[in-house]
Amino acid sequence: MTTDVQDTGKAAPSVNPPDEEPPGASRSERLSTLAQQHGALVTLVVAMVAASLSFDTFLTGDNLENMAVSSAFLAVVALGMTFVIITGGIDLSVGSLFALGGVLAAWGSRYGTAVALLLPLAVCGLIGLVNGVLIARSRLAPFIVTLAAMLGARGLMLAVTDEGSQTYLVDKDTFFATLGQGRLLGIGVPVWITVALFVLGAVVLRRTRFGQYVYAVGGNEDAAALMGAPVARTKIAVYTLSGLCAGLAGALNAAWLVSGVTILGSGMELEAISAVVIGGTLLTGGSGFISGSLVGVLLLKVIQNVINQIGSLDSAYQQVVSGAFLAVVVIAQTWLGRRRRVL
Amino acid sequence: MLSVSGLTKTFPGVRALSGVDFTARAGEVHALIGENGAGKSTLIKVLTGVHRPDEGEVTYDGSPVRFATPLQAQHAGISTIYQEVNLVPLMSVARNLFLGREPRGPLGLIDFRRMHREADAALRELGVRVDVRRPLRELGVGVQQMVALARAVSVDARVVIMDEPTSSLEPREVRTLFRVIRMLRERGIAVIYVSHRLDELYEICDAVTVLRDGRVVHTGRMAELERLRLVALMLGREIGEVQGEGLTKFSGGHDAEAEPVLRAEELTVRHELHGVSLSVRPGEVVGLGGLLGSGRSETAKAIAGALPTDSGRVLVAGVPVRPGSTPAAIRAGISLLPEDRKAEGIVPGLSVRENIALAALPGLSRFGLVDEGRIDRIVDTFMKRLRIKAAGPHQKVGELSGGNQQKVLLARWLAMQPKVLLLDEPTRGIDVGAKAEVQKLIDELADDGLGVLLISSDTEELIEGSDRVVVLKDGVVVEELTGDAVTEDRLMRAIATAPAGTGDPDD
Amino acid sequence: MTELTLGRVTADRDRLLRLLQQYGVYAGVVVLLLANTVFTPHFLSAENFRTQAVQVAPVLIVALGMALAIGSEGVDLSVGSVMALSTSLISLYLGYGPWIAALAAVIGGIVVGCANGALIAFVGVQPIVATLALMVAGRGLALVLLPQLKDVRDPGMAALGSGDVLGVPYLVLIAAALALVVAFVVRRTTFGRQLLAIGDSRPAARLAGLPVRRVLIIVYVCSGALAAIAGVLATARLTASDPTSLGTLMELSAITAVVVGGTPLSGGRVRIGGTVAGAVLIQLLTTTLIKHDLPPSWTQIAQAVVIVLAVYAARERGKR
Repeated sequence: MTTDVQDTGKAAPSVNPPDEEPPGASRSERLSTLAQQHGALVTLVVAMVAASLSFDTFLTGDNLENMAVSSAFLAVVALGMTFVIITGGIDLSVGSLFALGGVLAAWGSRYGTAVALLLPLAVCGLIGLVNGVLIARSRLAPFIVTLAAMLGARGLMLAVTDEGSQTYLVDKDTFFATLGQGRLLGIGVPVWITVALFVLGAVVLRRTRFGQYVYAVGGNEDAAALMGAPVARTKIAVYTLSGLCAGLAGALNAAWLVSGVTILGSGMELEAISAVVIGGTLLTGGSGFISGSLVGVLLLKVIQNVINQIGSLDSAYQQVVSGAFLAVVVIAQTWLGRRRRVL
Repeated sequence: MLSVSGLTKTFPGVRALSGVDFTARAGEVHALIGENGAGKSTLIKVLTGVHRPDEGEVTYDGSPVRFATPLQAQHAGISTIYQEVNLVPLMSVARNLFLGREPRGPLGLIDFRRMHREADAALRELGVRVDVRRPLRELGVGVQQMVALARAVSVDARVVIMDEPTSSLEPREVRTLFRVIRMLRERGIAVIYVSHRLDELYEICDAVTVLRDGRVVHTGRMAELERLRLVALMLGREIGEVQGEGLTKFSGGHDAEAEPVLRAEELTVRHELHGVSLSVRPGEVVGLGGLLGSGRSETAKAIAGALPTDSGRVLVAGVPVRPGSTPAAIRAGISLLPEDRKAEGIVPGLSVRENIALAALPGLSRFGLVDEGRIDRIVDTFMKRLRIKAAGPHQKVGELSGGNQQKVLLARWLAMQPKVLLLDEPTRGIDVGAKAEVQKLIDELADDGLGVLLISSDTEELIEGSDRVVVLKDGVVVEELTGDAVTEDRLMRAIATAPAGTGDPDD
Repeated sequence: MTELTLGRVTADRDRLLRLLQQYGVYAGVVVLLLANTVFTPHFLSAENFRTQAVQVAPVLIVALGMALAIGSEGVDLSVGSVMALSTSLISLYLGYGPWIAALAAVIGGIVVGCANGALIAFVGVQPIVATLALMVAGRGLALVLLPQLKDVRDPGMAALGSGDVLGVPYLVLIAAALALVVAFVVRRTTFGRQLLAIGDSRPAARLAGLPVRRVLIIVYVCSGALAAIAGVLATARLTASDPTSLGTLMELSAITAVVVGGTPLSGGRVRIGGTVAGAVLIQLLTTTLIKHDLPPSWTQIAQAVVIVLAVYAARERGKR
């Protein structure tokens, strides 16, 4: 007697099985969920195997190390972006914030490591906070608010660097420089920091109440509000977090390059969004996971690396490939999503 | 447990509730019924803190209360299960159950093992066994509703309000739901149950309150209220009331042999319609009767291609229409005046003129350029003929009164020179004068040879306006009234008829 | 009593905001013109006006397409990349003559527009996301076709970029003509009316039997084609193809022009006059700041503030 509801959920054993829900629909659905969640990982493995078979230079310590470190900064940006996208939003300001964070860190490094880290975090976090308030409280569209912030942050960065003419250098002997340049157990410090942040991010997203709110807000904002989730505060928090991540990534990048380079970061928002979406997070919100974004970043970097290895190809191919990738993933997501709505 | 007295709520132009008294008692399932606009949803919204009453008092657990938000009401123990389940479909069953009150272990991290165990236990208590780790959306609507109920119970709800909970459930899911409702009743929870399915009301409810036009017209024990009397109360008509008052305009005198201009055959839409067939002859007004949720609007939408059908077909003048395509239906000569005028009918930001010309535009253009002169003439003609009151053809439709908006929509379709007009609640929410005008127009249009399908919750309008009435109940045609049988009495009897057996109504 | 006055105050404020949203842009243009006349030396010269107008032309042309996209309750983020793609195509096809090259560029824009439109109308992807994908891929494609800056040495192109009729540059004439055409299309064609209806209320448009998909595709094709034309003109003026930087942040400038011009992001209305004024306003703002020796950083920050203010004023009241 207690099983009838369960059955209904699985295969709808109604007297007249409607054609759109054949028995086993949920199995194919679970398969498609699996594809959404782990498709990127499988692709990454395939790409890496193919790359290492094709190029002797791919599977070398130097190359892998290089890829890992250069992935680290994008990964940190993508980490914050994952939270934003799960709430159903988007943050286009991260590229500018990344550049701004780098410049501020390089400038602040002369006053010590604490300033070099805290200054970019404070400024970028504040901009993220303003984004969040405008989006959550004034109910403005996320893309336009963060697009404006992108411009504003770029302006701020130019203002700090005498219209881009000034490049601040980081003293190589400081502790701050070690954060970028140093190595631990043969692996660059930025990689360690990134891994730590991802573990922390995953725990926050999966195991804290805040994380649950992030999913709930993105999954069904009205229902979340009715169930008592602090919708506005959650949104403000994720945009602040995204700003913080972008600022920190910029600072680490400055430490790695030992200078605050002003021309970096443009287009990074697109890379980050691509990585997150390729990693299986739905752009419509409510579903996604941190490790997927890491896989997405690595996949983009492997593609980039392969394109670089093919000497004749320009690095611009990477953008074409990731744009096409993004389109394919989004189409697949939309189709999967549509089929689910029918159920 | 929860009661209101002397409740009055007025919206601009409408008095939604006036002097309503209502009491939900612990351990009792109380049916709250009434047709559209009777004030049910306003009452529920006042009870749950969405609206604040203008006058009157809400008493909860013996003391007067005033909830500012639904959340406050929920914290106080009043939970609402909406028609569309208000949960997060992408999250797992357990997460939905425990959102915001997850059991936490050391370090403040969520203890998933405990959460799953407790979620499983909570659902098991309601007799539902399901993998609580699965995303909610993978489960049937019935189970989702159970989860919403379980959430309500687990937040210590003492009053549970259910708004049309069975509208998209399979029969066996309904049975499970009823079992759970009985369980809630035994626990001393007050259940307020809103539904239009009479059979269900009699099966599950103890008490009943009928609302009409914002007033309580009856309250008492469910079992003591006769079916026919209930229908009469809802519709606001007396049983056996003289049918002489109905001046049936076309007393079936039309050529019954004439080829139907519209024929719908065996229309079936999952959960909504089950093999609905009807036909409309030129110059005939066919009424579509039945209670709210009986499938009237769905029938109209299915005919107009706006609701995809699973099977069945629509023919206009004997020629089949491509199913599921609004443009195809319009080309074939079918025009639908949708029920939700504001959301699906008018384009509020455009002018009266643009709204009237909207559907007919391709025909009023040459090489994609709009022929302003012809539009002006057509707009002028219809504004005069339908007596549309606006500051001028360039006034925004969003600023007009409901009656004039409706006339603009009528003009839009008449400009298409349709063969069949489907009118879904054409006079709802418009004032008395405009109502009479619209009714007169309908008559005139039928006289001009149009086939009209009329849906109305206003029984008088339906009976007097129609030559024939097709009665729907739970998505099935239960009776067709023709000639002298087109009376309110017969209509109510048809609606009130208990199902032949206790079998599933949809098979 | 107090509630009454309060109600009136909010009503007044609403009306003020609405007026500001509709006509504020014109007032802004006038104020900046007057202020510059008084405070900026050499502002009132034909030469200066010509420079300003030439600079605003490509932005305006892109903004026209953007206005259509926004009017349909969408947005087109790919316009900057389309400009880059168009400049690359010009360099590639210049060998066949300037006309063929320009044609190739516009066809490129149309193809991108088709892709956007198909994703949005048939697959059902949100406009932001669909055009974002094309934004990434479009710039990449432009760089694949033409990896670095290349001079465009062609008399035809040069004439297009710097020639004039009676002192009015071709660029300005073309932009003005396109603005008139788009305004005409919005007001006087079937397509224009259908576009507005779809942007205002999609369910109503669908039930009225409008060809929603076709209209959406045309909108994004127009947007792509206009962006490509802007790319052609910008290339002609710079006498160089620079796919790396041409059109970067163009989507932002175009959206700003449209929104500042009083077209709401929620769709259903397209104000071409306002869009023109919006583009001019941003240009004047930039010039004012630059002429008073304020660095470009300030310009960007100012533009960011203007966008937020414009969107804030245009946000739909009552909609949660």
